[in-house]
Amino acid sequence: MKFLDYAPAPESQALLNLKSDYGLFINGDFTPGRGTPFQTINPATEQQIAMISTANEADVDAAVSAARHAYDGVWSRLSGSDRGKYLFRIARLVQERARELAVAETLDNGKPIKETRDVDIPLVAAWFFYYAGWADKLDHAGVGPNPAALGVAAQVIPWNFPLMMLAWKIAPALAAGNTVVLKPAETTSLTALLFAEILQQADLPAGVVNIITGDGSTGQTLVNHPGVNKVAFTGSTAVGRAIARSVAGTDKKLSLELGGKGANIVFDDAPIDQAVEGIVRGIFFNQGHVCCAGSRLLVQESIQDDVIDRLKRRMQTLRLGDPLDKNTDIGAINSAEQLARIRELSDLGQQEGAERWSTDCVIPTTGFWFAPTIFTNVSTSHRIARDEIFGPVLSVLTFRTPAEAIAKANNTPYGLSAGIWSDKGSRILAVADKLRAGVIWANTFNQFDPSSPFGGYKESGYGREGGRHGLSAYLKPAVRSGSRSIPAVEHTPQAVASAGKKSASASKKSASAEKAAK
Amino acid sequence: MTHSPLATYQPEQRALALIGGEATDANLRRYLHGIPGIDAVGLEARAADLGTRSIKTSSKRWAIDTIIGLIDLTTLEGADTPGKVRSLVAKALVPDPGDPGCPRVAAVCVYGDMVGAAVTALGSTHAAGGTDGTGVQGVRVAAVATAFPSGRASIAIKLADVRDAVAAGADEIDMVIDRGAFLAGRFGQVYDEIVAVKEACRRADGSFAHLKVILETGELNTYDNVRRASWLAILAGGDFIKTSTGKVAPAATLPVTLSMLEVVRDWHRLTGVRIGVKPAGGIRTSKDAIKYLVTVAETVGEEWLTPHLFRFGASSLLNDVLLQRQKMTTGHYSGPDYVTID
Amino acid sequence: MNRLAIPKTYKLYIGGKFPRSESGRVYEVLSHQGDFLANAAKGSRKDTRDAVVAARSALSGWAGATAYNRGQVLYRIAELLEGRRAQFVDEIESCEGVNAAVAGTQVDEAIDRWVWYAGWADKYVQVAGNANPVSGPFFNLSVPEPTGVVAIIAPQGSESLLGLVSAIAPALVAGNTVVVVANELAPLSAISLGEVLATSDVPGGVVNIVTGSPTEIAPWLASHADVNALDLVGAGALDWVELQISAADTLKRVLPPETGADAAAPALSRILAFTELKTVWHTKAIL
Repeated sequence: MKFLDYAPAPESQALLNLKSDYGLFINGDFTPGRGTPFQTINPATEQQIAMISTANEADVDAAVSAARHAYDGVWSRLSGSDRGKYLFRIARLVQERARELAVAETLDNGKPIKETRDVDIPLVAAWFFYYAGWADKLDHAGVGPNPAALGVAAQVIPWNFPLMMLAWKIAPALAAGNTVVLKPAETTSLTALLFAEILQQADLPAGVVNIITGDGSTGQTLVNHPGVNKVAFTGSTAVGRAIARSVAGTDKKLSLELGGKGANIVFDDAPIDQAVEGIVRGIFFNQGHVCCAGSRLLVQESIQDDVIDRLKRRMQTLRLGDPLDKNTDIGAINSAEQLARIRELSDLGQQEGAERWSTDCVIPTTGFWFAPTIFTNVSTSHRIARDEIFGPVLSVLTFRTPAEAIAKANNTPYGLSAGIWSDKGSRILAVADKLRAGVIWANTFNQFDPSSPFGGYKESGYGREGGRHGLSAYLKPAVRSGSRSIPAVEHTPQAVASAGKKSASASKKSASAEKAAK
Repeated sequence: MTHSPLATYQPEQRALALIGGEATDANLRRYLHGIPGIDAVGLEARAADLGTRSIKTSSKRWAIDTIIGLIDLTTLEGADTPGKVRSLVAKALVPDPGDPGCPRVAAVCVYGDMVGAAVTALGSTHAAGGTDGTGVQGVRVAAVATAFPSGRASIAIKLADVRDAVAAGADEIDMVIDRGAFLAGRFGQVYDEIVAVKEACRRADGSFAHLKVILETGELNTYDNVRRASWLAILAGGDFIKTSTGKVAPAATLPVTLSMLEVVRDWHRLTGVRIGVKPAGGIRTSKDAIKYLVTVAETVGEEWLTPHLFRFGASSLLNDVLLQRQKMTTGHYSGPDYVTID
Repeated sequence: MNRLAIPKTYKLYIGGKFPRSESGRVYEVLSHQGDFLANAAKGSRKDTRDAVVAARSALSGWAGATAYNRGQVLYRIAELLEGRRAQFVDEIESCEGVNAAVAGTQVDEAIDRWVWYAGWADKYVQVAGNANPVSGPFFNLSVPEPTGVVAIIAPQGSESLLGLVSAIAPALVAGNTVVVVANELAPLSAISLGEVLATSDVPGGVVNIVTGSPTEIAPWLASHADVNALDLVGAGALDWVELQISAADTLKRVLPPETGADAAAPALSRILAFTELKTVWHTKAIL
């Protein structure tokens, strides 16, 4: 036998107790949606897992009303320390049910169990634990003494890290004293609904968190609902742009985490084996379904051949297959639609003259799969060097000098992430200064932590999630002062100083119906 | 990357060609410091990730038998006697008296003065890398030498130590490098000593005892030092690079072994020559040992999982592996009274 | 006999130079009583485009200057304004129809505002940045950085100088460069401020002042892909929602119009509105 053909090591599904149908979670209870239900499938097998409700306009309205009622009646009257205690409870319940959540996430999303088990779900618990402690310390959030919550937060999240994105949204919102209506992505609603059960176990007051499911139009109805005070969206730049248009002229505070085309810059003095690991982690983690993926490798020309050779050898050890197998490195692509986009852009890369190389892994016969792929001989003008592919596809470009590396890294409308690999500390710091991106990883990549702010420059969006800054995105200063001498006025892009209301023309250009895809 | 003409060179020529001159401190420093550095956080994260591989059922059974066949069963005590060595040899040959199908270990590893006792005890089952008379894998004799474990003796004493062990029938010599000289930057001295020890491994018939070079990574301290020492040992002609004496903590760790495997991998890419790796000390459970197998297989390839290219320097590991083996055979958990104490 | 005065030609301030509008257009600036005061350049789409180019090319130098240096340069503006106080008082009196005392108070406030913001240049990073205690062997630091090119519609009401200063100073603190559309009816002090800036240590292109019609110019700025942020503080009378919608095409950071007594009041948040938080991770190990 070949040892490297590790025998199957599937994680057990025995601890899952899924229902065949899920309703909407509104005002503390599950209730059937009034839209047409849809199935959620396992992208590794294309088998149905459960039927999910669709929230229509009336359901969205009911959810927003429940959140408003809970805000006015309960949550805004609760002390910070009590809000914190609820969040601590949620963190503990997530830890207790971590394996179940990991298995459910892997089933519904297609990502490997080792990632849901070791990354996604631990970070979910960490996020709630971190923000739980903030709930009674809001004076230190950076928006002045005794800040106020915004009210009802409408949150729309993507399918790439379903429960983790939920935690990034809900934890700071609740800590700051807001109530929430959250819509998970159409293809990955399952763990959000399990999370609703956790909220019931935590005895969170009804209506503080409402979870409504559906496609892009449900999300659109939610963010356009006049009853929401805050819109937080993670997904594609196209949808983010539409949301920014639709909230223009309203007093909704907006934060957007959008797409990226991160540069991973490898200098000739890099710790080479760790750099190769970082390249792999940068683009093949979560099948490349990562907004901050290092999807452009910028390698110094003098070491290009060596790096590519090492990278290819390393990629051959990546194990693609059953996401529930504990040894799987590359799981399923989340949907047929996403697979089609990855294929389309990859084919385009070939047509444009880039050289394509994929690992020779066996592709399962059912489900959605894409072998880890790199393109060499890529030019900055190629589509695969500019467009977010959101799949396990790396474009390799070269540079000769640090200045050229910086120029190429910044040559994109996006600005979310970048990586720097070098043993020279002074160069790392100087290059980090010059990169126009919100998160820079030096000699590492794709690290996340609840205390570390995350978010983009330019068309990668605005606002930060994580840390103190992620908290302030859900707060406003306590009072407006009429005096010029007291700088109590807050200025956050999109926060309107009640100067006017939305014009008729604004609503015409509201968000188009697209589903969230970060 | 294609193999360069270096592959056809003799080891010494090859080293001199690579470092671009004589093996002086300055030339060696220039060469060793030109090797890319190691980021410790990334290295340790990679090792931890490899450690999460889940080896089950048929893979685990194969792994357990493979581990037994890769063990250098070791006794390195001041209190060692011929009797103790005979007992060790018996265990090496029949690790599990209850299961004749259990494979033999790769070698017994003893102090130089015990080589004779080991050779005698092995008798016809003593085989330097080959099979014994019955076609079963023979057991080798490895001797620690060069004033093991500290290496603090004159070069004359160290070489005499090696020659004695080889003359007594040792198939393999586990030497220690002069860590003091390495840390002081006297790379030439470290290099020359290894070359001299290699020469001392020559037998009367012109063949060589296999040379394992112990870096004592716990004293080298940093991963960059481990990597440089690994290159130095290979350049000087070592057949194996070995982590530790077992007398200094920390001994073998997964990240250190990973970093040494990466050197071996790169040397193979450069020259086409395969060098062995031996983590020694601190590996006590089959669970840990399986992590090493995974790390070898995913770093240099599973063709390295042979006694010629990979060993575990261990003593207590064997019994834990045997307990696991019994569990897999019988289906229920075993206990320490069901394996022999040495 | 009185000496015949020499009237000033008011031009645009772009890239450290004082061009006329490429369109050749001017418009009449009238006193509060309706008397002709001067012809001001009526900036065009192309003037605006040139201003953005100038702002973009000045960005790396200004953003790359040390915080201490930016603070001194901003303080130097206050020094020069103080020296030309009388000129500004005169212009404000004639343009806004207020008496010398009121005009003087406005100039004093404008000077003090420069000083207040100048002091922030080497402090806002400390106040808004963070060392983050992440769970792992990493050094992790978050620091705010300038957003880039900021387009500003200056306050259009009374207090033309103070409104202008209140809008551009906070954007400059962090290292942004600015294209500002001046107060349409009272543009004289804006151009005079340009003259102050031109003789101060502010590099050319860091502040670009366009006079003319905000209604005409603002849409070009809102839709310009090389503008990173849009401050609509003085756009309350425009169709500013359309401007905000247009700005969404490239996800510009947008500040909404402000009205009332505390419009564009001095605030740290006004500085931070045009910054981007960058978080840098680095591995940490001794082995």
